[in-house]
Amino acid sequence: MKNFGFTVIKQRTIDYDQFDGRLLNEILENEPSFKVCLSCGGCTATCSAGDLVSFNIRRMNLMLRRGETSELENEIQKCMLCGKCQLVCPRGINLRNVIMLIKKNVVKYKSLSK
Amino acid sequence: MKHIVVIGGGIAGIEVACELTDAGHWVTIIEKESNIGGKLNNWSYLFPDFTPAEKIRESLQEKCEQKDFSILRETKIQSLERKNGKFEIQTSVNQQLNADAIVLATGYELFDAQRKEEYGYKIYDHVITSADLEKLLLPDGNLTTVTGEHPKRIAFVHCVGSRDEKSGNHYCSKVCCVTGVKQAIELKKRLPDVEIFCFYMDLRMYGKHFEELYRDAQEKYDIQFIRGRLSEASEKIDKSLLIKAEDTLSGRPLKMNVDLLVLLIGMEVGKGTAEAASACLLQCEDSGFLKTVDSFLKSNQSNSDGIFLAGSCTAPMSINDTILHARSAASEVNKWLKLMN
Amino acid sequence: MKFPPSFILPFTIGLLFIVSFLIVIVGVWISQLSKIDKSRIIHNIFTRKTLLAVHETFMESLLHRKIFKKNPVLGYMHMSLAFGWFLLIVVGHIEAYQHYQTLSIPIYKTIFMRYFATHQSITLGGKMLAASMDLLLLFVLSGVLLAYYKRFNSRAFGMKKTTQLKTGDRIALAALWFIFPLRFLAESVSAGIHHNGSIISQPTGNFLASFLPVQIFEMPLWWGYSCALGLFFFALPVSRYMHIPVEVVMIFLRNYGIKVQKRIDGFSRIQIYSCSRCGICLDSCQMTHAAIKDTQSVYMLKHLRNRKITDEKLFNCLLCGRCQTDCPVGLELNSLRITQRIESTRDYNSSYEYLRNGKIAISPQTQVIYFAGCMTHLTPAIIKSMKGLFEEAKVQYWFMDEEKTACCGRPLMQIGQYEAAQKLIDNNRERILASGAKKLVVSCPICYKVFKEDYAIPGIVVQHHSEYLLELMANGRLPVNKMNTRVVYHDPCELGRGSGIYHQPRLLLDEYAEVISIKNEKEEAFCCGGSLANTKIQMAERNQIREKAMDEYVRYKPDVLATACPLCKKTFAKSRQLPVHDISEIIYMAIQETKPSKLREEQQLKNTVKI
Repeated sequence: MKNFGFTVIKQRTIDYDQFDGRLLNEILENEPSFKVCLSCGGCTATCSAGDLVSFNIRRMNLMLRRGETSELENEIQKCMLCGKCQLVCPRGINLRNVIMLIKKNVVKYKSLSK
Repeated sequence: MKHIVVIGGGIAGIEVACELTDAGHWVTIIEKESNIGGKLNNWSYLFPDFTPAEKIRESLQEKCEQKDFSILRETKIQSLERKNGKFEIQTSVNQQLNADAIVLATGYELFDAQRKEEYGYKIYDHVITSADLEKLLLPDGNLTTVTGEHPKRIAFVHCVGSRDEKSGNHYCSKVCCVTGVKQAIELKKRLPDVEIFCFYMDLRMYGKHFEELYRDAQEKYDIQFIRGRLSEASEKIDKSLLIKAEDTLSGRPLKMNVDLLVLLIGMEVGKGTAEAASACLLQCEDSGFLKTVDSFLKSNQSNSDGIFLAGSCTAPMSINDTILHARSAASEVNKWLKLMN
Repeated sequence: MKFPPSFILPFTIGLLFIVSFLIVIVGVWISQLSKIDKSRIIHNIFTRKTLLAVHETFMESLLHRKIFKKNPVLGYMHMSLAFGWFLLIVVGHIEAYQHYQTLSIPIYKTIFMRYFATHQSITLGGKMLAASMDLLLLFVLSGVLLAYYKRFNSRAFGMKKTTQLKTGDRIALAALWFIFPLRFLAESVSAGIHHNGSIISQPTGNFLASFLPVQIFEMPLWWGYSCALGLFFFALPVSRYMHIPVEVVMIFLRNYGIKVQKRIDGFSRIQIYSCSRCGICLDSCQMTHAAIKDTQSVYMLKHLRNRKITDEKLFNCLLCGRCQTDCPVGLELNSLRITQRIESTRDYNSSYEYLRNGKIAISPQTQVIYFAGCMTHLTPAIIKSMKGLFEEAKVQYWFMDEEKTACCGRPLMQIGQYEAAQKLIDNNRERILASGAKKLVVSCPICYKVFKEDYAIPGIVVQHHSEYLLELMANGRLPVNKMNTRVVYHDPCELGRGSGIYHQPRLLLDEYAEVISIKNEKEEAFCCGGSLANTKIQMAERNQIREKAMDEYVRYKPDVLATACPLCKKTFAKSRQLPVHDISEIIYMAIQETKPSKLREEQQLKNTVKI
């Protein structure tokens, strides 16, 4: 095919056709309340870990939904499970369970996708 | 002549009473307060065009004086019974009223911001609600802080007590977004040097001229909008407030010192509405607001035949929506009374 | 030599099996204990502790004193079965000795004595023993009857629920139900034939013989009795009745100072097997208020025993400790659950490298540290009150977690992440040590428990703010002002059952308000439902648990619900049925009242924001 002089840089575009939703589905199945996130950022704002290190708990949802699971494993390790996020969440999401499910499943799915 | 009892003497109640009186009925309003006007009395200027609330109040007052309907002040309903197709009402002052139809116009209550403890209302100085601010926006309102200076940086928090599982209110109160934008502009007009930030989750500029007002706020008044919900406020030693949110569009946590925090409080179903609903055996939504038979053609009908609903006892509503809803209630009552003949 | 009749075989084989099985399995469990625990046994076995264990075994395994206290009918049922059976064995042996006049009697001759001893005792002592055997059997039968009734109608016992059964349990239960009625019938029929019965079996035997060919029934009945016994012994290892022998072992080990460790070892297995599945924990559990009925301790232990526990069940528990308080066997239910949580989350503990990489902020030198806790930052009224009270008492302090501070680690520990929690503990400990403080005041009971139990900082006293404020008040550093506010005090789980702090908050509150004594307080207190220990429960379910507790409190018509935990406060405040305040807020408000009115007016003026 002829190259028209522009290329698509992979990181710049979300290639939804390549999306691997297994990890996301596993988590949504076990914690359906995670579906209702409205991305208000209250969780990230109040986060105790976020006070000490660059950590955005809200982005975990987006990373899962966009299939950016490679960073997820390192990121989720930063959480201290203090539960403040859950206390401010306006949608009542059971965030500590979401975090534990990600921690538990992320390794499993990483090895599967290889 | 048919007798209609309207419960609630706010905007909706008076509007319904006027319309029904014009249609040739005998109307009685039951109002729990000594003043009519309801929550309209909280506001100084109305969105989207800064109409003085006083103007609307005066015209309501005028209508009350001109039209021939009676108002029972400082009165509540005690019980309601149906007898031979009519309603028999006992009031809290031991009056008995007989009515052919009932209109509930019991309105809403403002969310008590103390329930969002993390925002520090009545804990810290410099945290006020939109209702508190409204009174200060009158020409004689004092816009100085306790130190005697004008505030330099003000933050507005949207959705306080709305769209919030923690407050028990999942719904959107509709009018707070535009109220915030309106108040921000008014503050900026009075204090041109002040920096104003609005912390929002979604800006719902649903009504006529609302979007234009939002655009003006950005273009003419330099009001800044940050997409993120405030998680908490804390007080520094100098009594200024440190607020925390995430700037979700840049994806980073944000901290900011402000010398005034305005909480845009939402609407909740009032105690009065809940009491009236239980006296009249009316169904409520999960939100607590009264249930209408449908959302389209029967949006004034309650589950009980002959009891009609008007205004913000059915859902959060702006003042002009309330007036329209009240008028449609009057027309529904009229139709129903004709059918009953 | 004359061979004994073949009906003794099921019993004899069963007995041999169960005795050897128990010796092996208890041996394995004890061999799995840590070295320290083993030396505990060796050091304590010839001390008073053994006697205490014997006493406890008698009181709990036989008399079931704790069940009695909780529920007299249920207690009687357990007592009649356990103590009655025990006495039947003891008195049976005495009777056998008296009858055969020798100590070397084969065991079957004692157990089936009425079959072998066909002539009636003529001595007074023999007659009395025989009569007491009859009465004891009647005593046991009354328990069996109650057990039948309970199985079909648990509510009659004041219990809301009874436990669900598995196959092994069903077999053992059926065998147990049949043992004593069959024994009674067999003995009565033998009495009808040989006239060797006593006050109850003889009349029953005579009555049966009057219209039945009793000779035909004798052998089948003794066979049935022996089979029931044998079957019970064989089903024992796969049934809940394993608790009968294992609980005794557990009581001895517990008296020697052995506790559940942070890993599953022999003692945790012994505790797991010691559960009698009486179901008392089902009644104490507030999860049932949210219709969660399959995660309670009794089921957790059952699944642990079968090694079939899922995360859904393991983590669906508030760890409030109410079941542990009520457990008649005294099992360490919270520790057992946490131990399993450690196992199941072992593979994904965080290392918190960023705490090591980042520079630890320099600690200021101070005598007193105030640590509010993560949650307390969402209840600023507590922080404001504490700041005001420190000022009032003129205490210089360092507000350690005002910003940028790691979590205390307890929320991680509650879900089994001990390894990860240790990293946070190390970080905070370093900062506390560097400050040279002598006292650490904590506002959150969750933090309090971990600071007190796991930080192990030498020379520092950890106090919850209720203890600290009480001390300040007692030393005259805080003015006293009793208001006539009626207060119900809610004991936070981690402070009350978790750390045993019941009296200090009440003593303190009593100086500033009217504390109403209520039914569900102290050890019996409710959980607010907000616990961080449960990661599975949904918000709507938490709300149901909270409302039920709140309904109870509202019945006492207090002006205020007081608590001493930011999480309890936040949880209850959602209810809107009562105003909820932390104990520090109440003290602060009461002290503000004592201020000269002019100062107060100024203060109020300051508080009413003009903006």
